[in-house]
Amino acid sequence: MILVIDLCYREDSLSREEFVAPIERLLGRSGREFAARHYKALSATDIAAADGAILCGTALMDTGFAERPDLFCWLLEFERPVLGISSGMRALAAAFGAGAEPGCGIGMTEVEVLAPDPVFAGKERFSAYEVRGCAVGVPDGFMALAASEGRVQAIRHRSFPLYGLLFHPEVRNEWLIERFLGLVDQRP
Amino acid sequence: MRLGVLFSGGKDSAFACWKAMQKEEVVCLITIVSRNPESYMFHTPNIRLAALQAESAGLPLLEMETKGEKETELLDLRRALLSARERFGIEGVVTGAILSVYQATRLQRVCYELGLWCFNPLWLADQEGYMEELLDAGFRVVITGVFASPFDESWLGREIDHRTLDELRAVARKDRITLTGEGGEFETFVIDAPFFSRRIVIEEGSRVYRNHNGVFRIERARLVGR
Repeated sequence: MILVIDLCYREDSLSREEFVAPIERLLGRSGREFAARHYKALSATDIAAADGAILCGTALMDTGFAERPDLFCWLLEFERPVLGISSGMRALAAAFGAGAEPGCGIGMTEVEVLAPDPVFAGKERFSAYEVRGCAVGVPDGFMALAASEGRVQAIRHRSFPLYGLLFHPEVRNEWLIERFLGLVDQRP
Repeated sequence: MRLGVLFSGGKDSAFACWKAMQKEEVVCLITIVSRNPESYMFHTPNIRLAALQAESAGLPLLEMETKGEKETELLDLRRALLSARERFGIEGVVTGAILSVYQATRLQRVCYELGLWCFNPLWLADQEGYMEELLDAGFRVVITGVFASPFDESWLGREIDHRTLDELRAVARKDRITLTGEGGEFETFVIDAPFFSRRIVIEEGSRVYRNHNGVFRIERARLVGR
């Protein structure tokens, strides 16, 4: 089961349709089992039952999740595949001690792959859609996987399949989510 | 949260408005009236009738004119949102964008500059599911413009009911248009919605059509009780 985590300003918010529902539809189309939870309503049972987790994005003005890093501590010991999308990347990086700084990016950007990785295999450059109000640092224990215009666009943990993408792969780059799901499938 | 809906009178912005009303407080509709029929962002043939829709919805309408030139229309959008913030205290904006990265990028930028939240409740919507939900929710929608092959004049002024939706599905499969018209293949006008107090009756319309491009202009319309 894939845990889809809603980081929006409240449970069942108007932003849910924009940031969570497209991920749910993609998972539904791919035949994966999933359960969606708001980040404030996540239980230990939910976390224990998950084969992987996707932390969804939020609206640009929506940064309430960043004020509750304590609610993302579970990521430190999760060790199963995680995909943090935009605000989700910020939450993942923050759990591992990396901060964010102001850095707005809105629109299509050319992403360059920096290091070999199964999720990006065979891709050197691609266009991606970003809607972000900040830039995210690379936490200790992580590496930068991709960048655009000097800005880190993708990170991965050096030992576990924990990924963060600053852009939104659900827009024009669904292949990235498919490949991430492939990592979940490969786990024993 | 007090929200303004960027409203064209077509199905997508009306549906987005309805979605927003279920979660937040919609305090005004905002229409950008373009004098340029080729406007990248805002052109729609019956935009002046948004006033009738706003009246039925019981919401104030903020109309802003633009010459509709590619880059200055963004300044006009900014002006409109600023005005809505001043007059109605909006904290965020709702749009009916589904797939257009071009539109979404520009709207997101303007909203961010102004410190406004931006909501796109139809973003990446499943086209089939959306069209079914639209009809099931009680929206009544008329095709007011066609801009792609194989649409002929007979589509102009037609209401999208379940039968017409079946025909649209067949066209979408065969001619690679989007079922929602998001690619600009057709435009719509909402004559009834779950948040309207009265429905709109079109009493007179005119058609201009040539080579798979046509417009159904509503010449006379009024509100009537259900």
